[in-house]
Amino acid sequence: MTQSILIDPITRIEGHGKIEITLDSRGKVSEARFQVPEFRGFEKFCEGRAAEEMPILTQKICGVCPTAHHIASTKALDDLFNVSPPLAAKNIRELVYHAFIFEDHLLHVYYLGGPDWLLGPDVPTSQRNILGLADRMGKSFTTLMIATRNKAREIIARIAGSALYPVFGLPGGVSKPLSAEDRNFALSASDDMVAFARLSLNLFEKLLLKRTSMSEMMTDPLYYQQTHYLGMVDDTGRLSFYDGRIRMIDPAGTLHSIFEARDFSRHLVEQVVPWTYMKTLALKDAGRNHFPGDAPDGIYRVGPLARLNVSSGISTPLANAEYEKMMNYFGNTPVHHTMAYHWARLIEVLYAAERTAELAGDSNILCAEVRNLPKPLLTERSGIGACEAPRGTLFHTYQANSHAIILKLNLVVATQHNAAAICRSVFQAASQLISDGQVTERITNRIEMAYRAYDPCLACATH
Amino acid sequence: MNKPKIALYWCASCGGCEESVIDLGEDLLKLAQSAEIIFWPAAMDARFSDLEALADGAILASLINGAIQQEDHVSMARLLRKKSRYVIANGSCAHIGGVIGLSNLHRPEEALQKAFIDAETVFNPSGTIPGSEPFSGCPLPRPLNRVRTLDQVIDVDYYIPGCPPPPELVKNAIFSLLENSLPPKGGILSENRALCRTCPRQGTLPERLSVQRFKRVHETEWNPLQCFLDQGIICLGPSTRGGCQCRCISANMPCRGCFGPLDGVRDQGANAVSFIASLIDATDPETIAQIISEIADPAGLFYRYSLAASLIKPRS
Repeated sequence: MTQSILIDPITRIEGHGKIEITLDSRGKVSEARFQVPEFRGFEKFCEGRAAEEMPILTQKICGVCPTAHHIASTKALDDLFNVSPPLAAKNIRELVYHAFIFEDHLLHVYYLGGPDWLLGPDVPTSQRNILGLADRMGKSFTTLMIATRNKAREIIARIAGSALYPVFGLPGGVSKPLSAEDRNFALSASDDMVAFARLSLNLFEKLLLKRTSMSEMMTDPLYYQQTHYLGMVDDTGRLSFYDGRIRMIDPAGTLHSIFEARDFSRHLVEQVVPWTYMKTLALKDAGRNHFPGDAPDGIYRVGPLARLNVSSGISTPLANAEYEKMMNYFGNTPVHHTMAYHWARLIEVLYAAERTAELAGDSNILCAEVRNLPKPLLTERSGIGACEAPRGTLFHTYQANSHAIILKLNLVVATQHNAAAICRSVFQAASQLISDGQVTERITNRIEMAYRAYDPCLACATH
Repeated sequence: MNKPKIALYWCASCGGCEESVIDLGEDLLKLAQSAEIIFWPAAMDARFSDLEALADGAILASLINGAIQQEDHVSMARLLRKKSRYVIANGSCAHIGGVIGLSNLHRPEEALQKAFIDAETVFNPSGTIPGSEPFSGCPLPRPLNRVRTLDQVIDVDYYIPGCPPPPELVKNAIFSLLENSLPPKGGILSENRALCRTCPRQGTLPERLSVQRFKRVHETEWNPLQCFLDQGIICLGPSTRGGCQCRCISANMPCRGCFGPLDGVRDQGANAVSFIASLIDATDPETIAQIISEIADPAGLFYRYSLAASLIKPRS
């Protein structure tokens, strides 16, 4: 007799998902599926649309990370039209982008994944959320968290129209220059962002690293997986969100490959299984199918932990000190502990805050020249745009006709890279936690913590 | 402990409407004092079985966002309808189909074929399309033959427009509901004025608006203080409901119509087409045809958010 256990829906996550665990006659896990039952079809219904509308249309893939799609799309248009933004426009884009990384990561820290470690995995279900967190952390902390996140979102809104719906990206620039008033707002907000990022890291240290029961979770074999890692780095190999080359390391930490974003399809391949709408990415040179349960050599991970694993360091001083601290804590690199995603994410929050301050302080950013008008296409052309979305590397590829109408597009989205690793993490957690067919609420949440650490976005992943 | 119960759910959605609720910020904490959020998968732990176990009508209101694109969206919408005294369509997709409605320009099989077989980065030698072949375990929900709005599958009491809706509108809707001060059933919970009437550039309108050439945003520069239409850039402000605080205009970009039509307008796209056509400053058919040909992708522009709610029949 086999038995099936369903966690449906999985929660505190962007998009629809369910976990189905199959137990054999002895009550042991024979299979655990992480299934994504949604598919919208952006790659079809964006065909025929005007190219310049793509940054606005494709941001609808995700209401949580619209800014990531907006930026990748705008960069794809730069490439399609063969035009570069003036320096001020590039800096304005980056300013918005780093404010976005800050607020988007905080959503996970305080609303989605964070309650698992801020409150502990065993608090009652009804409290394991932002409301329970507000009760535990107190009104002044919660107010500060919301206010600081809102400041970052206001930076985006002032420049891009809305944090929910950024519209400022155009091929070769942005739709308006930065005003002195908005710049001053960003400068002052970024001070608060840096302070709050440090406070959050202190909290992490206090509530997680210094509490034995919690810190054991950080290094628990339950949440450990050796994989390759992939992420964007700058010219000197450091963490980069807006632009750079793509670096891949193997499970031993050795450089596997480094390539330009436009060449990504030479290295990565998407695969399909019948039971989920999420396509899974694998390393192309691994040479065979790599689905959950298969040999792990084609599996790689992206997102906060992967980015820190592939980077040689961080360009801003406070975040770099935290990066050193984290790497020293684990001793060996790359760090394969999935729960370290939570830590890496907080370090990126600090980096994004410091970077927001740097960009807002840039002497060039108030320059009124924010657009280079592209020339008409004349022939069929294609363009690729990439950036590091909060959840991992994002690629938009467009092909347009001479009238700049989209003929086809290809979207390779952050969570897809992690798909195989997430499936393995869930299987691993389920098979280690369930031994006698007994599945309690305590166990299901610990299984959910295995995917939640990645902060998956399933709406993005299936698009 | 008999607080009214609220449920928040998503169908074919991007999560932006959920983010609007998160953006209530401290008001979300206030809401939790006067109501119990009983089901909200994006932010709280609960299972479908918890929802099914509730008595019919046990929920005061369900806010449902997203378009109706798959079988499971229909069954969830029906379940929430049965359990709720009020259903509010939250955001453009539930209200008028949203960008997901553009799927009605083709058949669902074409979208599956494109993503899982034709995409250049896909390696799929067996031609597998998820859900199309038998497998053990939980079945995958199948797409409907066309995308529908929420009120095409269940009775809807109110609508919050916008993609995504501004948090202020969501907040007003929820608190009006708790205070029992909502307008008559069927109301769209935003103002009933065209976006133009709220636009900071309204004062720059000439006596008679006329266009001799339509320009696309990537190929032109424009005066950031002047009406977009007066500069030949298509803006859907005249045929779109206001209430968004002109967020795109404030970023110096034209309106794309996410708030949907005004009261009494059956088809937002048709309304926009007729308005834009009335601006064309020419009389001979050849010049008119030339001017119209400059409008890139009219279907995707005029029906950006409202195709599923329009009079246009989907491709069969």
